[in-house]
Amino acid sequence: MNFFEFIKQNGAELLTLLGQHLWLVFASTMVAVAIGIPTGILLTRKKALRGPVLGLANIMQTIPSLALFGFLIPLPFIGGIGARTATVALVVYALLPIIRNTVTGILGVDQNVREAAVAMGMTNSQILWQVELPLAMSVIITGVRVATVISVGVATIAAAVGAGGLGVYIFRGLRQFENNLLLAGAVPAALMALLADFSLGLLEKHFSVEARGRKRDGNHRLRNFILVGAALVIAAGGYLISRGSRAGTGAQAGAPKVTVSSKDFTESVLLAEIVAQMLEERGVTVDRQYELGGNLAHEALLAGRVDLYPEYTGTAYTAILHHAPITDPRAVYAQVRREYAEKFKLETSQPLGFDNTFAILVRGAEARRLKLKTISEAVPYARNWRAGFGQDFMSRADGYPGFVKAYGLHFADQPREMDLSLTYIALASNKVDLIAGNSTEGRIAALDLFQLEDDRHYFPPYEGIYFVRAETLARVPALQEVLSKLAGALSTAEMRRLNYEVDGQKRGQAEVAREWVKSRNF
Amino acid sequence: MAEAKHQILVEFRDVSYSIPSLPAPIISHLNLSVQNGETLVLLGESGCGKTTTLKLINRMLLPTAGKVLIEGQATVDWDPISLRRRSGYVIQEGGLFPHFTVEQNIALVPRLERWDESRIKERVAELLALVGLAAAEFAGRYPGELSGGQRQRVGVARAMAAEPPLLLLDEPFGALDPLTRSSLQREFLSLSRRLGKTAIFVTHDVREALLLGTRIGLMANGRLLLLETPEKFLESKEPLAQSYLETMQLARQS
Repeated sequence: MNFFEFIKQNGAELLTLLGQHLWLVFASTMVAVAIGIPTGILLTRKKALRGPVLGLANIMQTIPSLALFGFLIPLPFIGGIGARTATVALVVYALLPIIRNTVTGILGVDQNVREAAVAMGMTNSQILWQVELPLAMSVIITGVRVATVISVGVATIAAAVGAGGLGVYIFRGLRQFENNLLLAGAVPAALMALLADFSLGLLEKHFSVEARGRKRDGNHRLRNFILVGAALVIAAGGYLISRGSRAGTGAQAGAPKVTVSSKDFTESVLLAEIVAQMLEERGVTVDRQYELGGNLAHEALLAGRVDLYPEYTGTAYTAILHHAPITDPRAVYAQVRREYAEKFKLETSQPLGFDNTFAILVRGAEARRLKLKTISEAVPYARNWRAGFGQDFMSRADGYPGFVKAYGLHFADQPREMDLSLTYIALASNKVDLIAGNSTEGRIAALDLFQLEDDRHYFPPYEGIYFVRAETLARVPALQEVLSKLAGALSTAEMRRLNYEVDGQKRGQAEVAREWVKSRNF
Repeated sequence: MAEAKHQILVEFRDVSYSIPSLPAPIISHLNLSVQNGETLVLLGESGCGKTTTLKLINRMLLPTAGKVLIEGQATVDWDPISLRRRSGYVIQEGGLFPHFTVEQNIALVPRLERWDESRIKERVAELLALVGLAAAEFAGRYPGELSGGQRQRVGVARAMAAEPPLLLLDEPFGALDPLTRSSLQREFLSLSRRLGKTAIFVTHDVREALLLGTRIGLMANGRLLLLETPEKFLESKEPLAQSYLETMQLARQS
């Protein structure tokens, strides 16, 4: 599919994301202006506050955005997931340039002019409104311009907290190696940044005192009108489009409601979507908060912002409960279930049946030629092989160092460290001979790769499960039924196939999930 | 009118002004009074305290010792806003608002005082005529589109707009070229004689002082050394006054 066909097919969704993006940027910039300009004015009055407040704004700008989102999720009122949290984060990033330029602009007003204003008997507020603000306005607008351009960029990350926007396409494109998605997200975002920069640049020039007198011909009133009008249209358009997209998920009166969440990769979204559709079949209203980045889904579940999300036993055991990896699936599951109930008041579903652990993969043809079944059988051949591993595998506790030790492996070269998604292609195209993939990766079958059995049980289990809030499970009986039906229902091969439908065949997650649910009569 | 009731408009009574960061006071034990209708010129080198003296009059500064009386009332007891609106202020380059047109600059204080627009319009036209600028040509211009001399005229017009009883001028003609300066000086002279305005005028130019002042106050190191009419100033035995006069003669000979 070429880019233009892609746009034609996904135009409606793209427009929604664009609207959400616009609205995020506009709303957060407005709030940042409403907070930043008065703060800046205050700082010109209170010299002692200037250093501390500007310092604080400076530090806030250096917080990585995912960390900031994680910090915001549990907070009342401003926190949670969705557009509000994203707006708060964008405001935090936009404040510094606005405050700083307000201070610089006002302090930069000619001392003679300020003195004349005082000597003419103007009051403090008259000096502020009639002299300082008008003269500082073009510098202040420069600050707003910088803040807006930053916001357009940062707003792409808002997709990680379920706030939508063009970041949804960018993240999805990165995960699926789909250039059309990447372009459809990145190009409009770049254009938006350029447009914001250009139009605010015009506004800035309009307020610049140097330009006074060159535009006495009266048409600047018309230009004012056009600029204000354009800003309003953009804002209203963004708002309506982003509202409209949410209206579809509106609650039915009286029906129980469950917020289903997922992490930011295909398999997690598929698993969430399966539960969501099965719940909807049973008359439950579902609010979808998918594709949360990092550990945000866990944070959101703890904070009660979402009710359920799919996870892996191994991830919960090592990354969240901080235990050293062990290999017995039953023991891992039992301990995760117990500790989640005690520590977090969260229920754990029965395992879904598949294990998404590290899969040591070789080319299928090679495995058949050498009659390889297990990793141990491959050890003698590995001396002539090149290996390629994802960054994650190279560094984690249950990854590369322990793996080569457990099997006494030696490769021809130091393993290549590359992006995990790229390793499959590298293996299939003979660039490397052995990789550590995910066992449920859809492309394993499609690329004719073979998973060697972990005969020494080195890798800890990563069984698919759902974590659910105990309160929700008690409140929504249908959820209990859905989860018990899903116990053991998805084999590793089945999960691979579903992943491939999405990543390989480029089909929609909802569609693939619907097909599967139907095929099982769930 | 207010002027008629008070023969003495401004009076300094043993006024000193110092700031903690400087060891020597900026003004020390200053005594002087300004009569209605006179133009007092404060003459001195930069840093002698003459600008500070001006700022003590319109309460931009308050004395650290002694009292400054305006119309018989100490500045500390005046509401600063109404005091400043009763004293027009002109500084170098006019201190005009660059984002206001000439009309808006001149109408500043009348608008703050909420005059009605037709009266403001009349007053602006009258003042522009008074300072020799054609209203049709200049009213709509911005300060950036004026020459230095024109800006200074607008500055004077702005200071006089709300008919303040007192004008304070801080080296208003200092930044102008000699020809423009001397023509503005002559116009100011005829204007102040004609209108009978009370003015306090700060300069470091002895010729300007002799031309414009009804009295000249010679200042150095925050003290008033001499307070005399121009005629008596010319005959003064005060060494600083004599060196000022010498510079003038040197300039004339060369």
